[in-house]
Amino acid sequence: MSTPTEAMAPPHFTDLPDANGHFGPYGGRFVAETLMEPIEELRQAYETLKQDPDFQAELDRDLHYYVGRPSPLYHAERWSNHLGGAQIYLKREDLNHTGAHKINNTVGQALLARHMGKTRIIGETGAGQHGVATATVAARLGLECVIYMGAEDMKRQSSNVYRMRLLGAEVVGVESGSKTLKDALNEAMRDWVTNVDNTFYIIGTVAGPHPYPAMVRDFQAVIGREARQQIQEQAGRLPDALIACVGGGSNAIGLFYPFLDDSEVALYGVEGGGDGIDTGRHAAPLCAGRPGVLHGNRTYLMEDNDGLITETHSISAGLDYPGVGPEHAWLKDSGRARYVAVTDSEALQGFHDLTRMEGIIPALESSHALAYATKLAPTMAPDQIIIVNLSGRGDKDIHTVAAHEGIEV
Amino acid sequence: MSRIQARFETLRRAGRKALIPYVTAGDPDPDTTVPLMHAMVEAGADIIELGVPFSDPMADGPVIQAACERALKHHVSLRRVLEMVAEFRRDNDEIPVLLMGYLNPIEAMGSAEFAAAAQQAGVDGVLTVDLPPEEAGELADELKGHGIDPIFLLSPTTTDARVARIAEQASGFLYYVSFKGVTGATRLDVDAVAEKVGHLKSIAALPIGVGFGIRDAESAARVSRAADAVIVGSALVRHIAESTGHPETIRDKVAEELRAMRAAMDATQPAAAVS
Ligand SMILES: Cc1ncc(COP(=O)(O)O)c(C=O)c1O
Repeated sequence: MSTPTEAMAPPHFTDLPDANGHFGPYGGRFVAETLMEPIEELRQAYETLKQDPDFQAELDRDLHYYVGRPSPLYHAERWSNHLGGAQIYLKREDLNHTGAHKINNTVGQALLARHMGKTRIIGETGAGQHGVATATVAARLGLECVIYMGAEDMKRQSSNVYRMRLLGAEVVGVESGSKTLKDALNEAMRDWVTNVDNTFYIIGTVAGPHPYPAMVRDFQAVIGREARQQIQEQAGRLPDALIACVGGGSNAIGLFYPFLDDSEVALYGVEGGGDGIDTGRHAAPLCAGRPGVLHGNRTYLMEDNDGLITETHSISAGLDYPGVGPEHAWLKDSGRARYVAVTDSEALQGFHDLTRMEGIIPALESSHALAYATKLAPTMAPDQIIIVNLSGRGDKDIHTVAAHEGIEV
Repeated sequence: MSRIQARFETLRRAGRKALIPYVTAGDPDPDTTVPLMHAMVEAGADIIELGVPFSDPMADGPVIQAACERALKHHVSLRRVLEMVAEFRRDNDEIPVLLMGYLNPIEAMGSAEFAAAAQQAGVDGVLTVDLPPEEAGELADELKGHGIDPIFLLSPTTTDARVARIAEQASGFLYYVSFKGVTGATRLDVDAVAEKVGHLKSIAALPIGVGFGIRDAESAARVSRAADAVIVGSALVRHIAESTGHPETIRDKVAEELRAMRAAMDATQPAAAVS
């Protein structure tokens, strides 16, 4: 409860977005007129169901029995000792059904779709994890499902393409633009504007027009709520730092959100540094981009001087996106969170380190967060605590890693 | 009175409807555009809508996406588009030019700088597809401050309350998107559009243009019976795609298409209601 002095203070971070979906100057609703009414209907449906105990109970049941939550918080002791600094705990989102945090969000949005009477689900995917998580919930609810995926990404994540098809989804390759995640999002938006009457668009990250960034965050915040309770049970106190990779930013905001008002907890978001920020070949809009408008919201973007979106580069398809959720843009400007980048080769090192030291094969996306932990932990004392969001498992990436090392699998 | 307003006033007196062709600036190359604009005027265009190429044209179908990609191969930026308008204006001070595009190139330039530069170049209207009125305050004010009409979209999903609010912010005309979908699709239902336009006119005083899905002289004529303006895009851009590398063929084919539309539209109007 807020005391009088607190009431004088600026609004809590957790109060955002405002009624129009703004996080400070970021967020909002930048879509073609045809979508304005449908996203308003979505906002209303979501606001209503969010308050509805039956809906929450249904969601909790699915998260428990279908997704397998709560996911463990695992103390990586051997790795922590090896690094010789802070104690590292891993939030094991890799152990969820379908192998990543993405399912937390798709389970929630699919329930919402059903409540809204929609019969067709569409989604976009980069690494294929969100596509698989979407095809999974669509299969379970018996809904038609179409997934848009950049043709380039289909090549590097072919096993996920097959997985989606097994689940009954139609996977549509997108040949326009850079043939990656941003182009898949464009194509999904085009489908949505065309079929808006019966179609629910399950966006896979905290991007898109209001209410998506807030809604996806709320569905992912289960990560941070659990972690907050688990670390208090296991270590008797809050952590000193949280680390998560940032593509669109959903696993990061999911971990951060329940800690936003704990100012003693430092927050680190790790972007895809590609070949290095100085080379220009990266996927780090928060570290090296500037504010603009894309895919329905105002946020940091990678763009040229004329406002055209530039191509991104990351070894990890799930981080290969030129934008980032608007709440992260606000957390950056306000100084509440810090955003850093690690390169492809640093991430690969993180991938191998965790695999060898702890017997856990992490996703390449998550390996970026691990790589940053290897830098941060040694600067901290052994009685300090870092929680790293292990957002997904690495099975989908073994071909990429092998190819990188000249090995045929 | 802006050039756009003046044009609609002239047409209204003559009992004619506006024909508004759309082409993407710099498609298939920068040299094609200005001569093509003049050719379209000669073929009967009342207002020219010039697309500003964008890397992520989310509201456009494959035909205009490809046009953007062709133009971007030559890096046709917003500044370059403004130069084209200025070049057009050297020989034509009468026909309004409307820019249609996405917000980010304008954001990158800055609303104030853009509005001033657009006025300088001779731009008359700006339609920003991904900028609904809720977010448009700053840009709309800058544009109006520089004598430029902010043009807004209406769609089949727009509620009456929104139509009224949008009409308050807009000037020049209102652009009704004839169906739920992207540019270039073929879902036009002329009867439904006519009914909707009649309804919109009962709420908003501005002229109503109709775009999306108008593909030939017949559909242009039928839509023009209800609407104040007919906007044609993909049907023209298709000719550009087919004749890339042959600017004269492009001009001929686009002009031929427009002449047919112009004739069919003029033939279908009730006897000129001179007031
Ligand atoms: C395992 C994993 N982690 C992270 C991401 C990045 O997305 P976000 O930043 O929204 O968490 C992805 C995206 O595909 C992913 O598959």
